[in-house]
Amino acid sequence: MTTTYVQDPTPATAPAKRPPSTAGRPLGRRFTDWLTAVCFTLPALLLFGALVLAPILYALYVSLFNWGGFGAPSDYVGLDNYSRLLRDPVFRGDLWRSLLMVLFSVCVQLPFALGMAVLLNQKLRGRALYRMLFFAPYVLSEVITGVLFSMIFAPQAGLADKALGAVGLDGLGGLWFADQNHVLPTLFLVMTWKYFGFHMMLYLAGLQGIPAELHEAARIDGAGPWQRFRHITLPLLGPTVRISVFLSVIGAIQLFDLVWVVTQGGPDHHSETMAVTLFQFGFQRYQIGYASAISIAMFLISLVFALVYQRWVLRRDTEGALTTMRAHR
Amino acid sequence: MSAPPPTARRRLRSAPLYAIVWLVGVVMVTPLLYAVVSGFKSTDQLSRNPFGLPSPWVASNYTDVLASGAFWRMLGASTLIAVGTTVLTVGAAALAAFALARFAFRGRELLFTLFTVGLMFPFAVAILPLFILLRTFGLLDNPWGVILPQAAFGLPVTVVILRGFFREIPGELEEAATLDGCSAFGFFWRILLPMARPALGTVSILAVVGSWNNFLLPLLVFSKQTWWTIPIGVQQFQGQYATDIARVFAYLVLAMVPALAFYAVAERQLIGGITLGATKG
Repeated sequence: MTTTYVQDPTPATAPAKRPPSTAGRPLGRRFTDWLTAVCFTLPALLLFGALVLAPILYALYVSLFNWGGFGAPSDYVGLDNYSRLLRDPVFRGDLWRSLLMVLFSVCVQLPFALGMAVLLNQKLRGRALYRMLFFAPYVLSEVITGVLFSMIFAPQAGLADKALGAVGLDGLGGLWFADQNHVLPTLFLVMTWKYFGFHMMLYLAGLQGIPAELHEAARIDGAGPWQRFRHITLPLLGPTVRISVFLSVIGAIQLFDLVWVVTQGGPDHHSETMAVTLFQFGFQRYQIGYASAISIAMFLISLVFALVYQRWVLRRDTEGALTTMRAHR
Repeated sequence: MSAPPPTARRRLRSAPLYAIVWLVGVVMVTPLLYAVVSGFKSTDQLSRNPFGLPSPWVASNYTDVLASGAFWRMLGASTLIAVGTTVLTVGAAALAAFALARFAFRGRELLFTLFTVGLMFPFAVAILPLFILLRTFGLLDNPWGVILPQAAFGLPVTVVILRGFFREIPGELEEAATLDGCSAFGFFWRILLPMARPALGTVSILAVVGSWNNFLLPLLVFSKQTWWTIPIGVQQFQGQYATDIARVFAYLVLAMVPALAFYAVAERQLIGGITLGATKG
């Protein structure tokens, strides 16, 4: 399966398939080739340039102004928006909450997903049904998920409180999303419900790439289930785990829909994320310059994280993948 | 194979495993089932009898939603925008992926890197200037205002997957086609695309699901109800009928049906596509 490779796995095989080098061809031919290539890439390049790259550059420019969003930005303030950002307790809180979400994903959600993947990789009756069921919430939009759980966790009237009341645990019920201290754990719960199936599917795909002979051999050598998991499954699943961690982190940085629908960041900013802060300043208070600074900060955080992760964590996977592929040929 | 333990012992040993998956299954399905059943109660009934089956069964919550033009218009808008986004993303990305996979030209790797970096641009990062751009060009309250940016942000993952796939197709095929007088576009259109059908299916599914569930962009672009997509409709409906919980449940269930039906029909491709899209990113 190529699905476990981080990057396009073809480079290793490419030399044989790449079109012949253009170096030896006449100039006219090379120019027509170049022109054809440009024509083919043009629609994608226009779309991408105009609607992805240009807006990000524009945000970078606007973040240097104090601007309400109408007319041309004229009140140049330099890096003031950024220094305000670093002092803003809400934004600092956003960073802290993102970190909490990442920690929660890595320490609770992903191990849980891995456990379920290992379970459902065994010959259990009905496992196809369970897999399908666990993944199903992933295809629902965050808005639908959010509205559904805001009703289930409605204080007193919702299913959660009624169920606790019915078994005599009224004391455990509470305000859920409306309580400053409970809002994040409740959100984590909902996010796990929605997303663990996705990570489970990634792990299942990875598990199927582990040759059964390895487990067989280890069993014959007397390794117990835990030893086999620790010394065969986990190392060989490494690349998949690292990708799933990567996706969790990027997801935590971008989180918006669910929070917006359920709490709008409240109560008193206790569930606010960077994207929510950005939305409030950009579209409700019309402080476009400041909101742009938030968006650039988000972009930089994602970029730095992605580069560092790619450099230090994912690179050896790619190298490993490539060398194995070479060895196969 | 070593000798398998007797069936009875194995069954006993796997009993806790069954208990665990069953328990997780119950937790997963309860919210959905609760929503379906609650939709068949009146709100009054729901607060008196939250757990039991409805008595009597009230179908009016569901039928009212289905009888309203707003719901169907929303479904139509979501479909149209998803189809438009998919055609545009896959079309533009296939052309670009073809050039990036099959032509050697100056700047090719730079261009490809640009697209791969695009994989991790969060949508929210560009949303402010994007909104200003759309406002300037009069694309607010216009389906193109959602389709074009969605297509642009869908390009990276589509290009990366398709390029990998196009590279796997043997070069001899292209040489043969060229010798037979096939132009570059002719080869792309008549040979490469038909061969790449599974990959095209995969990326199309990714684009459809992404568009279908997108919230932030349509929320900003559509101020009038005409083009509201399903997520916007759900959010608005909840605000409008906050006190009539049973009705909101019915509405939610109906709003889930298209996505779940799509999942039931295309389960294999959907999971394959989403895991592939994730790991290639």
